[in-house]
Amino acid sequence: MHTTKSKITKLVATALMGAFSVVFLVPLIWMISAAFKYEKDVMAFPIQWIPQSWNMIGNFKAVWMGNVPFHLFYFNSLKLAVLMTVTTMIISSMAAFAFTKLQFRGRGFVFGLLLSFMIIPEQATLVPRFLLMKWLGLYNTHTGLIVMGMFSIYFTFLMRQFMASIHNDFLEAAKMDGAGYFTIFWKIILPLCKPILATVGIIKFIWTWNDYQNPLIFLMDKKLYPITLGIQLFRDDYADNFAVLMMASLSAIIPLVVIFILLQKHVIKGISLGGVKG
Amino acid sequence: MEMSKSTGVESPVQKRRYWNNSRKEALFGWLFLGPEMIGIVLLYVFPVFFSLYLSFNEWNLMGGLSAMKFIGFENFKEMLVDEKVHLALRNNLIYTFMTVPVSMILSLILAVIIHNRVHLQSYFKVAFFIPYISSIIAIGAVWSALYHPSEGPINRILMSFGIENPPKWLADPHYALLSIAIIAVWAIVGYIIIIYLAGMTNIPEEMYEAASMDGATSFQKFYKITLPLLAPTTIFLFITLLIGSFKVFDIVAFLTSGGPFNSSTVLVYRIYVEGFQNFRMGYASALSWLLFMIVGVLTLLTWTFQKRFSQD
Repeated sequence: MHTTKSKITKLVATALMGAFSVVFLVPLIWMISAAFKYEKDVMAFPIQWIPQSWNMIGNFKAVWMGNVPFHLFYFNSLKLAVLMTVTTMIISSMAAFAFTKLQFRGRGFVFGLLLSFMIIPEQATLVPRFLLMKWLGLYNTHTGLIVMGMFSIYFTFLMRQFMASIHNDFLEAAKMDGAGYFTIFWKIILPLCKPILATVGIIKFIWTWNDYQNPLIFLMDKKLYPITLGIQLFRDDYADNFAVLMMASLSAIIPLVVIFILLQKHVIKGISLGGVKG
Repeated sequence: MEMSKSTGVESPVQKRRYWNNSRKEALFGWLFLGPEMIGIVLLYVFPVFFSLYLSFNEWNLMGGLSAMKFIGFENFKEMLVDEKVHLALRNNLIYTFMTVPVSMILSLILAVIIHNRVHLQSYFKVAFFIPYISSIIAIGAVWSALYHPSEGPINRILMSFGIENPPKWLADPHYALLSIAIIAVWAIVGYIIIIYLAGMTNIPEEMYEAASMDGATSFQKFYKITLPLLAPTTIFLFITLLIGSFKVFDIVAFLTSGGPFNSSTVLVYRIYVEGFQNFRMGYASALSWLLFMIVGVLTLLTWTFQKRFSQD
């Protein structure tokens, strides 16, 4: 089937696309390059793609050991992302278990209701959620953000789709052996759900790490800021120091790029399952 | 398990009969559903109705609960004459036109090329997807440097090509929204490519082979096979992106704060300003309902469209 001509066409196409992908990534390449330079060289023209003099360590120190407590923002982001991811996974998979493996009246109705709530945009509930958090005393706390971030109809929906494909034979056999529902859920269903749990977990982690709007509105105390608000502080404090700002941006992006490259199959699957960005 | 234990301890005959297997299963059903239900009621149901109530009130948060005053449709009347809201809606529309078609066409072309015309497919998927998973704030910081009016690389390059007065990008009322749209397109392309690629893997290879036998050119194959079979994907993406473009906030708030001179203000940014800077909870709720209505209508359109397609 493959002629020499089509082989050559494919190689040329690959080369052209390769060149285009590099152009496409120029903003990120510029960021990395700027993060490693002295400030005076950042805006030099023609652009020094490979720095003539390196200031990687200086910028790194300014970001991680400077006046703005960047390590704290990093820790906050990690804490929020991990806790929200774990709680979402538990709550969504419990609900999905009820929707697929337990028979009871009202199940279909509740599921339909849940689906219809999916159209409510997060931004349209900001005001009442803000008041709710104030009244519950959860405004300006990580707990408040976690409480708001641990319920996801979308992930429940994905989990339900997956669990529906698990055969009920497993369940019946376990029931015969006298296992309770919690045992069945924890010991039998969840282990079988590992692929979808991984997908849901990674996507949720990425969304939470990148969330800007909720922390912006529900946090006031700088000590509680996640990395997205941290970068904003950096921009305000180092208005004329792009090298440091680029190092901060690079630091914020790196964990996600590493997670993505290591686990790309899960991420891509999660997105293409009909994903909507949070 | 706790339940079965407690019935085991008491074990009166009647109770055991009451907790027969199907009742027990129902009880556990609600137990497992419980946490999710509580969250959904607290964070979806209550907020929607509460903000509807608030939208008929005037209430400055600073005045406390006693300052709440029922004013009927006044907030909605104000919306009709609020120029900033009009500007925001207009900007939302312009932003939609600037981002949705371009990003979809560009992504479709790239997806077709990546799907079967190049080697190193997984490299290309990763390369185009990286901006999408990166924090839009970090990305915004990078672009704000690139866009810098006097020293930024973009304008330096434009000037070196002899353009004497290049736009001031984010600082220019005529270009601020466009500058934001460029970043948004750049960041979303990877997502659209992934969805299109997923759609393409469902097209059977035999169709292309049969078309080749009949002497179809690549372009004919794309036009007669790929495009029509991707129609459901295209509609899904179109509506998703359309709704998404009405929810845009992060990048506007971070880069321009809606400025200069409200030239890049959008609906969600107005909600933010009225609610969390002016503390006008009633008016902000009315604006939230406007957003809810826009998104709701667009979503209902999707469902009708998708139904029509699945019936065909």
